[in-house]
Amino acid sequence: MQGFLDIFDIYLLEAVINGILLGGVLALLALGLNLIFGVIDVTWICYAELVMIGMYGMYYMVQVFGLPYWAAAPFAIMLVAALGAALHYFVIAPLLTAAPINQLLATGGVLFILQSFATVAFGIDFRNLGIRLPVLTLGEMHFSYSRLLSFIAALAGMIVVYLFMTRTFTGTAIRAIAQDRQIMSLMGVDTKRIYLVTSALGGALAGLAACLLVLQYDVHPFVGLSFGPITFLICVLGGLGNFIGGFIAAFVFAEIISLGGLFSDLEWGYVLAFAFFIVMMFIRPAGLMARRS
Amino acid sequence: MNSRYAAWAIGLAALIALPFVYREPYHLHLLVLILIWSFAYTSWSIMGRFGLVSLGHGGFMGVGAYVTALLWNHLGVSPWIGIPVSMVAAGVLALVVAYPCFRFRITGHYFVLVTLALSGIVLQVITATRDYTGGSLGYTPNRSTGNKLWALQFDDKTTWYLIALGVWVAGLVIWRAIDRSMSRYAMEAISEDEDAAAAAGVNVTAEKLKITLISALMTALAGALYCQYQMFISPDTVSGIAVSLQMVFAVIVGGLYVSLGPTIGAIITILLAESLRIGFGTKAVGWDNLVYGVLLVLFIIFLPKGILGSILERLKWKKA
Repeated sequence: MQGFLDIFDIYLLEAVINGILLGGVLALLALGLNLIFGVIDVTWICYAELVMIGMYGMYYMVQVFGLPYWAAAPFAIMLVAALGAALHYFVIAPLLTAAPINQLLATGGVLFILQSFATVAFGIDFRNLGIRLPVLTLGEMHFSYSRLLSFIAALAGMIVVYLFMTRTFTGTAIRAIAQDRQIMSLMGVDTKRIYLVTSALGGALAGLAACLLVLQYDVHPFVGLSFGPITFLICVLGGLGNFIGGFIAAFVFAEIISLGGLFSDLEWGYVLAFAFFIVMMFIRPAGLMARRS
Repeated sequence: MNSRYAAWAIGLAALIALPFVYREPYHLHLLVLILIWSFAYTSWSIMGRFGLVSLGHGGFMGVGAYVTALLWNHLGVSPWIGIPVSMVAAGVLALVVAYPCFRFRITGHYFVLVTLALSGIVLQVITATRDYTGGSLGYTPNRSTGNKLWALQFDDKTTWYLIALGVWVAGLVIWRAIDRSMSRYAMEAISEDEDAAAAAGVNVTAEKLKITLISALMTALAGALYCQYQMFISPDTVSGIAVSLQMVFAVIVGGLYVSLGPTIGAIITILLAESLRIGFGTKAVGWDNLVYGVLLVLFIIFLPKGILGSILERLKWKKA
């Protein structure tokens, strides 16, 4: 019995640490979505599909064109950043004055476009980079290096975004617009340009997430559906547009998924996370970090 | 007004008579599909027209289809009982998700994202319980050996056509009943300004819940009927985000604020998908959704009232 408990505890610890590692990538995804929402007041339903396109970009550059991973990653990030800017320019910008729900539904249309574009262009086969990173063994616990790397890179990415937002003029302008949309154009800030920069930045974050996720998961046209819903839940739980709330919520959800997956299938981890989310809505309806008014 | 009722009566009579005159099975099959999906789209538009944009309807449809089929296969419960049970299940699911949303004022983007997650989760559950539901490979209700009526399995298209027609008409009647009820005014007030509506004495939570419940029940029925008619369901065709978005797409293309808008949307989407399928065969996989996506974006930007809505508005404008 004692032996059983020992093993159980180690599995539990392993799951907890894996949850933290997963949380890094989820936090990165939530950050990009929150950034777009906080500044432009638009929700990109197709956010996870941008990640999917980035993953395909990585696959083609590494597997087909033979670029090393480190050289391919910046290109993939730039590709998705350009895609984000294009999404804003062609779809969101014409709809900025329309009802907010229309903008959201239009990005739903883009979700269809990206998914079926991937189906038509790349087929429905599962593809992977063919890179297998070694597994780190710590005592009796096993962690894959790819997860560790993702976690570190996600944190680094978030720190870069933080520095950009606080230390540069453009970043300051982005934060200012998030606070008051109307006054900033009177202050002489080019709102259109800031929106475009923000969209590209949001896309770049999706690109970074793609570079990291492609190490752990196979890419296929519907891969976005496996982490898209959870990203949205994280953002709503953290409070849309609330960066810190999203960050904390990402780790909470990652733990639930990881621990839920320990006791049963991974899918049930997601179901558990959703149930938790419903309960949380009763307790903190305006998000984790909301102040009571 | 009388001439309008007469037109409806004649149109309905013609639709009822159609399968007895015209027996081409493929075209009847298309008509049945159009009618069932029209009903599903109509039930989405009952909510959607009041700004309650739900992307969780794929989930309700999945519950309707899978609960009915599972009860039949595993417990031998007739769909006559299974369908109401599945509708109740979808209704309970709707209430569990919608009540906290409405009670705590989760609206707009937040509501869309929560319901989006709901349809994603239903998809995950169906996939996770693959031992019972067949997972992503799909699921087939057992063919009945005994009484066809008891099993609600009919081989001839005419019966299905009449069933689907009846349900479709019922959907339109419900749409119209809501359109002429006090709920409509309450819901319109809520969609304009919740605080003002509450101050004017509207019970915001109760009104929204009522509309959501009606919509979810109807969607579950559509899912169950689709399952009984096609005799094959898979998570991708009756649940999940893609189905939810397809509903939004069809309704917006047809016209969100007019009773026949969802029907027009269903006709357009199904004919589009079928003609692509016939034209390109298996190469068409993905193309239909690509066209849907482009059209959805274009419609939202240039024609947000949809085809029928825009036509009716222009006619009205000419008359005035």
